[in-house]
Amino acid sequence: MLDDQQVRIDGHINALRTLPGALLPILHAIQDDLGYVPESSYPTIAHALNLSIAEVHGVVTFYHHFRTQPVGKHILHICRAESCKAMGADALEAYAKKTLGIDYHQTTADGAITLEPIYCLGNCACSPSIAVDERVLGRVDEKRLNQIIAKAREAA
Amino acid sequence: MSIKVYVPRDSSALSLGAHDVAAAISAEAQARQQDIQLIRNGSRGMFWLEPMVEVETAQGRVAYGPVTPDDVASLFEADFLHGGKHPLSLGLTAEIAWLKKQERLTFARVGITDPVSLDDYIAHDGYRGLHNALKLSAAEIVKQVTDSGLRGRGGAAFPTGIKWNTVLNAPAEQKYIVCNADEGDSGTYSDRMIMEGDPYVLIEGMTIAGLAVGATQGYIYLRSEYPDALHILNEAIDHAYHAGYLGENILGSGHRFDLEVRRAAGAYVCGEETSLLESLEGKRGLVRFKPPLPAIEGLFGKPTVVNNVISLATVPIILDKGGEFYRDFGMGRSRGTLPIQLAGNLKQCGLVEKAFGITLRELLEDFGGGSASGKPIRAVQVGGPLGAYLPESQFDTPMDYEKFSEIWAVLGHGGVVAFDTSVDMAKMARYAFEFCAIESCGKCTPCRIGSTRGMEVMDKVMSGQNKDENIALVRDLSDTMLNGSLCALGGMTPFPVLSAINHFPEDFGLDKAQVAK
Ligand SMILES: Cc1cc2nc3c(=O)[nH]c(=O)nc-3n(C[C@H](O)[C@H](O)[C@H](O)COP(=O)(O)O)c2cc1C
Ligand code: SF4
Repeated sequence: MLDDQQVRIDGHINALRTLPGALLPILHAIQDDLGYVPESSYPTIAHALNLSIAEVHGVVTFYHHFRTQPVGKHILHICRAESCKAMGADALEAYAKKTLGIDYHQTTADGAITLEPIYCLGNCACSPSIAVDERVLGRVDEKRLNQIIAKAREAA
Repeated sequence: MSIKVYVPRDSSALSLGAHDVAAAISAEAQARQQDIQLIRNGSRGMFWLEPMVEVETAQGRVAYGPVTPDDVASLFEADFLHGGKHPLSLGLTAEIAWLKKQERLTFARVGITDPVSLDDYIAHDGYRGLHNALKLSAAEIVKQVTDSGLRGRGGAAFPTGIKWNTVLNAPAEQKYIVCNADEGDSGTYSDRMIMEGDPYVLIEGMTIAGLAVGATQGYIYLRSEYPDALHILNEAIDHAYHAGYLGENILGSGHRFDLEVRRAAGAYVCGEETSLLESLEGKRGLVRFKPPLPAIEGLFGKPTVVNNVISLATVPIILDKGGEFYRDFGMGRSRGTLPIQLAGNLKQCGLVEKAFGITLRELLEDFGGGSASGKPIRAVQVGGPLGAYLPESQFDTPMDYEKFSEIWAVLGHGGVVAFDTSVDMAKMARYAFEFCAIESCGKCTPCRIGSTRGMEVMDKVMSGQNKDENIALVRDLSDTMLNGSLCALGGMTPFPVLSAINHFPEDFGLDKAQVAK
């Protein structure tokens, strides 16, 4: 399993290393594939791009998008930005935390859902918005959130 | 002949179930053995009507909305395929007042064409600007853009022609065109609508920019929150390469232009142009000191044009119709049109492209239809999270860069977020500090430390501790951030904070008289 992971990581690095500014494309490819960027990948990436491990670590941790730990089957992003706040995002956020029994950056005990804040999904004409994995959902109220959570659990 | 039915693939329409509606229409058509051609267009930008379905009839396109999958059978019953009447009928799309009142130049095709069809783009006046540009010298292209009066739509409103001229005159083997598609401001989505609804107009604009300054490589730095835009852009870029609109010999002209999309990674500050360049180079998005300007030493140290999506997507119509045509719209030094995005607590949120000069009140009332909740609109934030909050007494301000400066506000990227009377402006001021703390790149102290301190002090204000003293402290901190920050993240966070205090003192437990001083 771990060897397989390393093989995949190597594959992504080799496919992208010659791009100018290759680090972000490589990190995206790894996270798209594995769901996160394992710290064990840093030495290989650093070596391929002629960087220090600390530099790779610095880049991974600078960006909110990259994760270094596996997450739940689905990620539920709640938009916390102004447009959604104007349409009740604060209450929706509190409701999501209460219903799931977790805070941001945590995963439900069944491993189904990780809760993350997000700052704007570009869906501000349909606030409040959330996203499940990559799918954005607009005008979400508590009832709709419950349906979405139930569906995510089913598909987990 | 099959009947053309349009169901948007714009991600906001999808967020309201447009895929399900499209699937239901396909299934129902098949069951009824009706021959339809389903086209997935961009959105017209009337989001309270999405998913909005259109049908092409002899009289023109007819619209229905908002449609749910449950409505589909009854639409067929009503013979919507021939424009039949139905409770969801909106009539001829082109006659809908909300659209008719607009001046759609940059958004001329959005919602009308199939975004990934190059033929459709060309059939709707696409690539006319490029054809004209290929007949001009680099300096002549720059002159058209300068004459148009176009100012950067990313926020700073810097004249695009002047920026291009600097890059044109910077001698270098390699130059770059970088499109800033990081669109991080809450309340904005016009970049997304262009990329999802008319990607070729951006590709064409970047190609023209390349010709104008002598750049052969372009990058679109796209925020990671826009996966649909990524797929649509990549598909359109592929088609453009195949048809000779991109690559080593554009339309046989001998000019080269290559284009690639790069994904950002969820850092708001990477919308700042130098932070963006660092990120494209594969580094942490730390803001660079200026000078040198990116136009002189930009990506990989080479002269680089960094422009917002809307700035670049406006170039084709300027090169098609001429700089003067574009300049004739607008007021004062704000020339042309602004794609305004209505968001937050409004009945009718959506994309309004209007010449500069329309007032905020017209936008909120005539287009927005008032608040969604039915309560009065109390505050409006214009220009994203670093924009000021405006009270009702300022709603008659026209959308104009200079008029907004006069009231210590900004237009930014054209986002308008409305709040009703339930808003607590102290909470919003605290949030402005919090957002700055979360997104600060950490390079300078006023922003890195000031934002966190601001949050703490706001907590004290909100719990009623030493109110006057703590408000004075917030003002002090804001002053330091305004004057001592390297970029506008730290430097403009005081806009929402101080405007909230000054216009809505009662939410901070202060009385108006106290603040007026
Ligand atoms: C914190 C911060 C975030 C910014 N975010 C964006 C953005 O998301 N998109 C954008 O086009 N410009 C953004 N800008 C403005 C850019 O720095 C730059 O002015 C712009 O990309 C230039 O293009 P334009 O002249 O076409 O507007 C941001 C600036 C700051 C300080
Ligand atoms: S103001 Fe903030 S974001 Fe901008 S350079 Fe300074 S620390 Fe970085």
